[in-house]
Amino acid sequence: MGLLNFFKKIEPDKKKSPVLHTLYDAAFTFAYSPATVTEGGVHVKDGMDLKRLMIHVVLALQLCFLFGTYNIGHQHFAAAGQYLGFLEGFHLKLSHGLIQLIPIVLVTMVVGLGIEIIFAARKGHAVEEGFIVSGMLIPLIMPPDVPLWMLAVSIVFAVIIGKEAFGGTGMNIWNVALLSRVFIFFAYPTTISGDQVWVSGYDSLSAGVAANYGWAHDLFNGLFGLMNVDTFDATKTMVADGYSGATPLALAYSGGWEAVTASFTEGQMWWGTIPGSIGETSKPFIIIGAIMLLLTKVASWRIMLSATLGAIVMSLILNAWGATPFMTVPWYYQFYMGSFFFAIAFMATDPVTASATNTGKWIYGFLIGFIGMIVRVLNPAYPEGWMLAILFLNTFSALIDHYVLEGNMKKRLQGA
Amino acid sequence: MLSTVLIIIGIILLLAVILSISDNLIQIEAKKSGIDISREDVGVIPKLSFSNGSAKLPSFAKSGTAHKLKKGFDIKLEGEAGDEILQASSNTFALRPMDYRGIAPIPKLEVEVGSEVKAGDPIFYNKANPDIKYVAPVSGEVVEVRRGAKRAISDVVILADKKMEYRAVTAPDLDKASREELVSFLMGAGVWPFINKRPFDVIADPNEVPRDIFISTFDTAPLAASTAVLLKGKEKDFQAGINALAHLTEGSVHLGLNSDEDSWMKDLSNADLHWFSGKHPAGNVGVQIHHISPIRGKDIVWTLDVQSVASIGSLFTKGHLDLSRKVALVGTPVGTNGYADTYLGANIGELLKDNVEGDNLRLIAGNVLTGRKVGGEDFLSFNTAQVTAVQEGNYNEFLGWLIPIAPRPSASNTYPNFLFRDHKFEADTNTHGEQRAFVLSGQYENVLPMDIYPQHLMKAILANDYERMEGLGINELSEEDIAICEFVCTSKQPLQKILRQGLDMMREQL
Repeated sequence: MGLLNFFKKIEPDKKKSPVLHTLYDAAFTFAYSPATVTEGGVHVKDGMDLKRLMIHVVLALQLCFLFGTYNIGHQHFAAAGQYLGFLEGFHLKLSHGLIQLIPIVLVTMVVGLGIEIIFAARKGHAVEEGFIVSGMLIPLIMPPDVPLWMLAVSIVFAVIIGKEAFGGTGMNIWNVALLSRVFIFFAYPTTISGDQVWVSGYDSLSAGVAANYGWAHDLFNGLFGLMNVDTFDATKTMVADGYSGATPLALAYSGGWEAVTASFTEGQMWWGTIPGSIGETSKPFIIIGAIMLLLTKVASWRIMLSATLGAIVMSLILNAWGATPFMTVPWYYQFYMGSFFFAIAFMATDPVTASATNTGKWIYGFLIGFIGMIVRVLNPAYPEGWMLAILFLNTFSALIDHYVLEGNMKKRLQGA
Repeated sequence: MLSTVLIIIGIILLLAVILSISDNLIQIEAKKSGIDISREDVGVIPKLSFSNGSAKLPSFAKSGTAHKLKKGFDIKLEGEAGDEILQASSNTFALRPMDYRGIAPIPKLEVEVGSEVKAGDPIFYNKANPDIKYVAPVSGEVVEVRRGAKRAISDVVILADKKMEYRAVTAPDLDKASREELVSFLMGAGVWPFINKRPFDVIADPNEVPRDIFISTFDTAPLAASTAVLLKGKEKDFQAGINALAHLTEGSVHLGLNSDEDSWMKDLSNADLHWFSGKHPAGNVGVQIHHISPIRGKDIVWTLDVQSVASIGSLFTKGHLDLSRKVALVGTPVGTNGYADTYLGANIGELLKDNVEGDNLRLIAGNVLTGRKVGGEDFLSFNTAQVTAVQEGNYNEFLGWLIPIAPRPSASNTYPNFLFRDHKFEADTNTHGEQRAFVLSGQYENVLPMDIYPQHLMKAILANDYERMEGLGINELSEEDIAICEFVCTSKQPLQKILRQGLDMMREQL
């Protein structure tokens, strides 16, 4: 009870310093569930609350975080042609991954939660839990080399315009994490497009360019020197001849499945040892997370299933058309590439921005799969579609619900 | 390979088109020949019906229809009543004007402190409708008139005589009497307030003729009293009550029965039997109406609870009004769980005397979902058959949202509860989280076996959108139906309160 008493002692004054009090309240309700009892209505309540809901999504993401961190390092050395075995140079890959990822997570959390706390204090209510999940998703959908200031600007846009302007968690129309990603995509197209950003640690991906190591790497080098293991060495780590850093999707766009398999094996794509956004490459780990969400019923199986169906149907149609090399990629190979699994498991199922009715969820999910595949294959600028398809369907989810509800209402209002 | 796939898809599409066109044609024909296509299964494609389709009549049932409800959630709590009748009794009883929905807060009293009354003597009436009498449950002396906020009368307390004296009544002969005679007899005898009407779940209007009358004969709420115990020895009264009610409606009296329990009720006559199986709220009359014959348009139906039906019947079988009631005393803080044999409006403190353990408790008149928070000096409502005691939950719990220290009831699979389906929990009144905006979807629909979208209905109420409220089914609901949704709500929204707000708004519109 020592901690509890400590918390009670340090409570700041709500009127004098509202921001501080909001911060305190968030920390207190995080550490201790409040002692409030039911008042009017039901006397006994379910043990489920929004914090518990959100933390289960965060837990489901942890394997993606682990793998994503390591893969940053792996791709970094793969570009230089060093440590090509997945587990070779383990300590170097992991530490390089951490050096890249930790600042991204920190910036996301500080900027996003900072805005949440200021708005909560202004509105005079508790900090809502929505950003716990958004703040975990955002690092995973960013390229490893994203400039931190861009990240910060995109989060400011996503949280203020995308969420707080609509009234906070539960009221937003678009998925906050995707909104930040799409902001970067449209606001800084030169930085975010191309093959460069998917591999971290180089100024450009032309042969002979040396890796960019900073003080953090030196810090690790000191440690590794003591342990007498390999250290970061910029003079040796240089982009190898003929390395392009292209993602499977970029290759598929230009040369179909043959071009993809010339650079990557199916196993690499399945397990995720390919360049891409931080958390989206490893399919098995995403599927484990998705199964966890389905078992706990945190995410809707209807959306996941119908989105998969929608993607399959559209790929079959495109296969039948077959006008470009990308269209001829067999439908089952489409799932090896890109971020379909991550987007469907964690983005499309966001309960706030998805359709709320069960019938609506079927339509919503199917259209995401269907439209996402169109964007992926037919869009010449950027060969991936889930981000745009989900945001597009977020916009229409309320309309889908509207027609489902109209059907329900018609039944009752007919007789009146 | 691709062309074959395309051909197969084409064939499937063609078949689907042919099927749906022929289905439509048949339905058009059916409409022309006057068949109600919303109730009958008409068409080429068999209807996917979730309530009737797979349900079978229980083996012991002699007649009726079966309904299997898949949605719902049972909150399993410790402290069930068993079958034992306890020695608990109460000497003071009260009529509580506030329990009757739809009457003015200050009714006209016909007695004063010190008056001697017999059981069945009128105590007060609502000024808007003086013919409907609210009568004394026991004989004795009026000892107190308690008043609440704004001088509204909260309790009219009667100290019971040792020996009950009843006001004799002469019941009309049901075969000869007109409906009007029967209605005025029931109003005068003091049983009219037991009849509720839907929409709105308020006291029935004697000037209206209901489409049907519905009675649920079992309760699926947590720790609910067993109807077998409540009606023991009153089987004849119950049948007589149904016979009387059958004269009040143009349609029929529908009984919702528990298909998991064989009882004497299968032999009841003068009523349509409907066998329900499923989790809570399958025993709620609102849910049963929805599956038997939903409220549409300007439909009005009446509902009653089982003990009230028996009381109505007693007028015909005994020649006086029998307001004896059994009350289940449940919950772990109650020392010996069981039933008290008493009368309507009994004193809670006296019923539980020397039978509750611990302080920091909450006493609830009713069940944990819909009951009223009471103190020892308070009295039971006319329509509650249980008193529940639970621990107050006013404690801080370290990381309680993440790693709970004790098991707790939950419909969520984030708790391992779904692996231990029969575990009984000891619940407390902690809210387990703070109120938030609506975030999750589909959560209410999973526990409410009705074709209703509660979250959208709640939003329609908060937005004062009358047409949407009506369209989304507010007229089919009462607080008790939505209570299980309020229990599971992740955002801890006060759904029952919002619904009553909406029902009041709808009623004012009339």
